[in-house]
Amino acid sequence: MTEPAAAYTASELLAVMASRLLRDGQIVFAGVGVPLLAATLAQRNHAPHLTILFEGGTIGPFIVPGELPPSTNEQRCTRRANMVLPITDVLLLLQRGYVDVGFMGGAQIDRFGNLNSSFIGEADNPKIRLPGSGGGNDISSLTDMIVAMKHEKRRFVEKVDFITSPGWIGGGGTRAERGLPQGGMWRVVTDLAIMGFDANSREMKVLGLNPGVSREQVEDNTGFRLAFEARLETIEPPRQQELAVLRELDPQRLYTA
Amino acid sequence: MTSAALVAPYQDLRRETLARDRGLREKVMSLDAAAQLVRDGEHVAIGGCTLSRTPMAMIWALIRAKRRKLTISRSITSTEGDLLLAAGVSNHVITSWFSQGIVWGVSKVMRHYTERKLARFDEWSHMSIGLRYRAGAMGLPFMPSRSMLGSDVGERVADQTKTMACPFTGEPLVLLPALNPDVALIHVQRCDAFGNAQLDGLQFMDIDIAMAAKRVILTTERIITNAQIRRLPDATRIPFFAVEAVVEVPIGCAPHECYGVYEPFFAALDDYAQRVAGDAVAGCRQYLEEYYYAPTSWPEYLSRIGMEATLDACRRGRSVYND
Repeated sequence: MTEPAAAYTASELLAVMASRLLRDGQIVFAGVGVPLLAATLAQRNHAPHLTILFEGGTIGPFIVPGELPPSTNEQRCTRRANMVLPITDVLLLLQRGYVDVGFMGGAQIDRFGNLNSSFIGEADNPKIRLPGSGGGNDISSLTDMIVAMKHEKRRFVEKVDFITSPGWIGGGGTRAERGLPQGGMWRVVTDLAIMGFDANSREMKVLGLNPGVSREQVEDNTGFRLAFEARLETIEPPRQQELAVLRELDPQRLYTA
Repeated sequence: MTSAALVAPYQDLRRETLARDRGLREKVMSLDAAAQLVRDGEHVAIGGCTLSRTPMAMIWALIRAKRRKLTISRSITSTEGDLLLAAGVSNHVITSWFSQGIVWGVSKVMRHYTERKLARFDEWSHMSIGLRYRAGAMGLPFMPSRSMLGSDVGERVADQTKTMACPFTGEPLVLLPALNPDVALIHVQRCDAFGNAQLDGLQFMDIDIAMAAKRVILTTERIITNAQIRRLPDATRIPFFAVEAVVEVPIGCAPHECYGVYEPFFAALDDYAQRVAGDAVAGCRQYLEEYYYAPTSWPEYLSRIGMEATLDACRRGRSVYND
């Protein structure tokens, strides 16, 4: 960050910016970490009727501050929930069409919003075998997506090595042609900017720059030619109140270090 | 792969099921005896998910019994996958995600075995794994789905799936082959001696796994009477006639969690992560030596994890019922 006054971590910034994208009344299928923090922050501020779903099988939990779950599958994910149900059935809510937004972190993304969490290098002969899809493939196949991730050149690549979680596939109408007429990558939130996708070409484009971030900085940290909206949104820096909520939720900085 | 090898022939499945002793009989046995019910080369489905309700004591017994060439399937695979690979018990894992947990990063043990092609890791989407078990539980050869289309995840297992246009609407669908595991290992909070199992909290894919499998080995925090089961039959999730063996193993998921009984043993999980941070395979084998081969009983395994850690995990686990 450029100014000393900006006393927040990159993860906190991601959580704040992402929370502002969520709307009241939405059903949000969230991963743990930044997505969960962002959704909870939205509930506390402008979206009290937002419902969180966890792929472990929980509908509408409220996380106990300081007791963040290590994955979506522990009892910490069920506190004050309305319902718990089998994994397959909570994922089927996506297919049935009840979910407004899927929200997760990303390891590698390309200019059409495809995510890779499976292989670095050739799948048959990988440099690194990553953990894999989990629910990521299902969520991104079946609903609109927000991804929150660090903005680094090695993570923002022209073409991902492997499409684990499909975005707009090859751009244009290819997602629908490949069997996915529903859903698609909607927003990418990073520590540098907020990005969306062109309605026709489905190429990633910058919608707004985070406070103190220059256009060149975003370009330098992106591995492909990035489009910019003609009139960029003005993004307000995180407010003290927003940061205070995040620090109350994650006092040990498990996900916001 | 041929279709016959992918999906169990229906008449065989029915015949095997009818041949099982489905009477209301007691089936309580020891961990060692239950381990003898699993044969080399079989497909073993593991209940729970990531760090939750992992049937760790049963896995401990299988590793000690030196089972070989098992195919393992699970919704999400955590440290138990590392241990099964490093112990030489499994060389084939079917799952949607394989690493200790997000906060501990990518498993170097998984990387070692998969990148060197010492073990096969078939990656399916989470829902696809679930629908495959569900098809198996329903006595159907496949389940259609709208997920996994268009992605490389789907492409990479395309030799095991089919796609078709819906005969009603013409929409593209992927057909996921049923999974009917030879054995399901499932840990529950309580069951009776006949195998009527009651589950608290998150069910994961356990009910489908139990009903899809050809044999079910239940481990349980405690055995209750059949009269208690009959007082709350709506809490019973797995019926006795699907179950082959019942083993009472208190704290049977350590260092993972069992809903409402204990949370994950975080210090033990951090310790494991540290052991596999350097030379992962050597670290994992050393861990197996200390925790799997050296102790002569499950209580002795727990003693090595420690009384203080156990009580702390139990205090946190029971806290879900505090308010």
